[in-house]
Amino acid sequence: MTDQDKILAEVTQSDYKYGFFTDIETEIIEKGLNEDVIRTIWEKKNEPDFMLDFRLDAYRKWQKMKMPNWAYLKVPPFDFQSISYYAAPKKKPKYQSLDEVDPELLETFKKLGIPLDEQKHLAGVAVDAVIDSVSVKTTFKEVLAEKGIIFCSFSEALQEHPELVRKYIGQSVPVADNFFAALNSAVFSDGSFCYIPKGVRCPMELSTYFRINAANTGQFERTLIVADDDSYVSYLEGCTAPMRDENQLHAAVVEIIALDRAEVKYSTVQNWYPGDKNGKGGVYNFVTKRGICRGESSKISWTQVETGSAITWKYPSCILLGDNSIGEFNSVAVTNNHQQADTGSKMIHIGKNTKSTIVSKGISAGKSDNSYRGLVKVMPGASNSRNFSQCDSLLLNDTCGAHTFPYIEVGNKSSIVEHEATTSKIGEDQIFYCNQRGIDTEKAIGMIVNGYAKEVLNKLPMEFAVEAQKLLQISLEGSVG
Amino acid sequence: MSVVAEKADLSLKYTAHYNEVKEGLLEDSADILNAPRNQAFRDFVSQGIPTRKFENYKYTNLQPAFIPEYSFMHRREPVEVDLNNAFRCDVPQLDTHLAYIFNGWFYDRGSQVGNLPEGVILESIEKIAHEKPELLAKYATLAKTGDDPLVALNTAFAKDGYFLYVPKNTVLEKPIQLINFLQAEKDAFVTQRNFIYVEEGANVQVISCDHTLNLNTYLNNSVTEIFVGPNASFEFYTLQNQHNSTTNLNSVFISQSRDSKATTHYATLHGGLIRNNLKYILDGENAEANLFGMAFIDRKQHVDNFTQVVHAKPHCQSNQFYKNVLDDEATGAFAGRIHVVRDAQKTNAFQRNNNLLLTDKATMQTKPQLIIDADDVKCSHGATVGQIDEEALFYLRARGIEESKARLMMMNAFAYEVVQRINIEPLRNRINELVDKRLKGEVARCHDCAYNCDC
Repeated sequence: MTDQDKILAEVTQSDYKYGFFTDIETEIIEKGLNEDVIRTIWEKKNEPDFMLDFRLDAYRKWQKMKMPNWAYLKVPPFDFQSISYYAAPKKKPKYQSLDEVDPELLETFKKLGIPLDEQKHLAGVAVDAVIDSVSVKTTFKEVLAEKGIIFCSFSEALQEHPELVRKYIGQSVPVADNFFAALNSAVFSDGSFCYIPKGVRCPMELSTYFRINAANTGQFERTLIVADDDSYVSYLEGCTAPMRDENQLHAAVVEIIALDRAEVKYSTVQNWYPGDKNGKGGVYNFVTKRGICRGESSKISWTQVETGSAITWKYPSCILLGDNSIGEFNSVAVTNNHQQADTGSKMIHIGKNTKSTIVSKGISAGKSDNSYRGLVKVMPGASNSRNFSQCDSLLLNDTCGAHTFPYIEVGNKSSIVEHEATTSKIGEDQIFYCNQRGIDTEKAIGMIVNGYAKEVLNKLPMEFAVEAQKLLQISLEGSVG
Repeated sequence: MSVVAEKADLSLKYTAHYNEVKEGLLEDSADILNAPRNQAFRDFVSQGIPTRKFENYKYTNLQPAFIPEYSFMHRREPVEVDLNNAFRCDVPQLDTHLAYIFNGWFYDRGSQVGNLPEGVILESIEKIAHEKPELLAKYATLAKTGDDPLVALNTAFAKDGYFLYVPKNTVLEKPIQLINFLQAEKDAFVTQRNFIYVEEGANVQVISCDHTLNLNTYLNNSVTEIFVGPNASFEFYTLQNQHNSTTNLNSVFISQSRDSKATTHYATLHGGLIRNNLKYILDGENAEANLFGMAFIDRKQHVDNFTQVVHAKPHCQSNQFYKNVLDDEATGAFAGRIHVVRDAQKTNAFQRNNNLLLTDKATMQTKPQLIIDADDVKCSHGATVGQIDEEALFYLRARGIEESKARLMMMNAFAYEVVQRINIEPLRNRINELVDKRLKGEVARCHDCAYNCDC
């Protein structure tokens, strides 16, 4: 075994470091899904009437849909009746200060490194922490409230701002958009809601952490971000999940609506439990994320670092409806062991002079499969539109796979669409070059992988960049510094 | 009638037709052609006529093409026209071994095959199936009926086409030219099945030209299986020049052995709906595959180039280069898939697809794909859709060349990148000339067509 092989072998054999389980009493309703379950969720959450119609409509449409099978994934058959669709921490905490919060929960957060405590004020992070679907604690709300920013859990938003939710929900991800979005619309339990009023620049990075905790409960998060005219917000989402043997389903929906000249930056670090070395267990991550640039000159950018999940099915997209609007997608996806990822982006150009950029970096190791799948569609009316896509894949050994499936559809003559993709392994000459300069092979691989992903990592906000590096390190242990 | 009902009717129509003609199809064909027929038809029925819901036919809906009431060309019919008069080959100075295929049937009279080197066979596949079935041992092994409904339908209906055999170490000095005519009294559904076997060390160039001789509506479904032996060299040029109400569906499968080199070149100058399925299997080490294609289309024409390159063995190389110029309301599609299977290390695979849209109503859809299961590979694909580089245009104008001329120069250069890869000089010159005319707007629409139709 050469040095390089040894290092790669070590890399591919690291264990998942965030595997732990917090013993909190949770309230779980019966397994299975039917209209009664949906009514129960609606009742338990004490939601306004329009939500029941919304949920039932989604459920009825979902029943007629089939699980998509076009992705380059091997998804084991999944029984949607075998999971419980609602789990809430039993004692819903309403604490004034951190001291009152269940210490065990705080311990969990500490292990995850969630900045829930006061120190994080300095870091400028307001956290809406979500454990198993119900928001536990929202911080910095007052600071934000002064500016008129609404940042709260989805349930709270439904109680306090039902008119806003009603106006915007389903606008960028319609209930029957796809199988998983419909399922989410029917049964989503909680999530985050964010509204930035006209002309307000959000002074801090908003962030939310998701975790799957209770066994056998699917997590159906729903996030809705509305940026009104001339506003700006940067939103962070990060997730880690405890180790668990049974597969867990995660079908979240994120909707972003950007009005005139608004800008939304959405960053994700995803590190759900990927399953063990033999491909046992792990989270199924079927997420629908879509932003719609409704207003002119608006901008939505997605940045993601995907290192976890046994199966990832995720295509953060932008609908560029307003003239001169801009969509961006930057992604680093790492797959190891038996992980499978089919991820990419959709850019739909509808308005004139719209621009979009896609940068996707895939890193495959172990026996994993990593696919980029993307659509760039320029409608006939979207004159002078511009897209540039680049997707690179890096293969770390001969048992993994890297695949690229771009779709490009152009409907007018004044637009320019370019797509580039390359696939390669780390060049021996590159490693040799580093060795020559006294850098050992392990560090060299780390440097090369990091340099490869840098273009995307640079797009992350400061607070997240550190965590993203950490996650790369965990995923490709031993070689990445 | 509702669309749903129509669809059901369509499948039923073809099933009824198959049951009706089955006896006749089996009757005078050789066993080797008959063997896969029934299974092939079952495969066709289970897959159905492709719609946009088929991933492989996402950008080409074939349902409408199957609706007209066609007469089926299941029998050899007497040819009433004097081909030598009705048709002049429009590539001057091209000296070839010439053979005609008429409505899918190999036409042995009037051909100008000339003196073929010893051992080379250019014949009707029907005749070979009867007389030398051992040469067709690999029949239907590349074109799998379970993978594609058009291949299945072709295999079920296959009666004739051309057969070419080039024995070991034989080098043909002159290219082989095959001219495919469509001319029937009524709208016609034509099935053509071809087979090419190039033995070890042999070297051959084949030119295949598609033409229509009258204004009826045609659907031509052809399948060609090509085996290229070790160290052999094979070039295949396809010129498509048919009228607007023709549907040309053709599938070409090429299997390459070690150290072989194969090149395909598609030039689409005119046609109604064209679908070119092309699949390469690099089944031996150090094989080289080159895929070139260009299309210049206008009106409501549709061209879909669908390529697959399977790198099954290490140390192989493939290059793909497709260019399209789309005018009026033309629609174009390109789908290219490179599949590097596990352990096919040291693979180099490249693909490029560039498209020019000349109007706002023209659309282009492109779907380049990479599926890579080996790590020591260099693979890339690039696709662009757009217009002429404004900066280059400015450069020319700054040197005193007027805009329209500069634009033409640029378009010519755009096409020339593919044209220059044609290795047969008279053909290259002719295509260059046609492209030039086409871009100048002196459209060589059905150029040299005696019918002066307004298509």
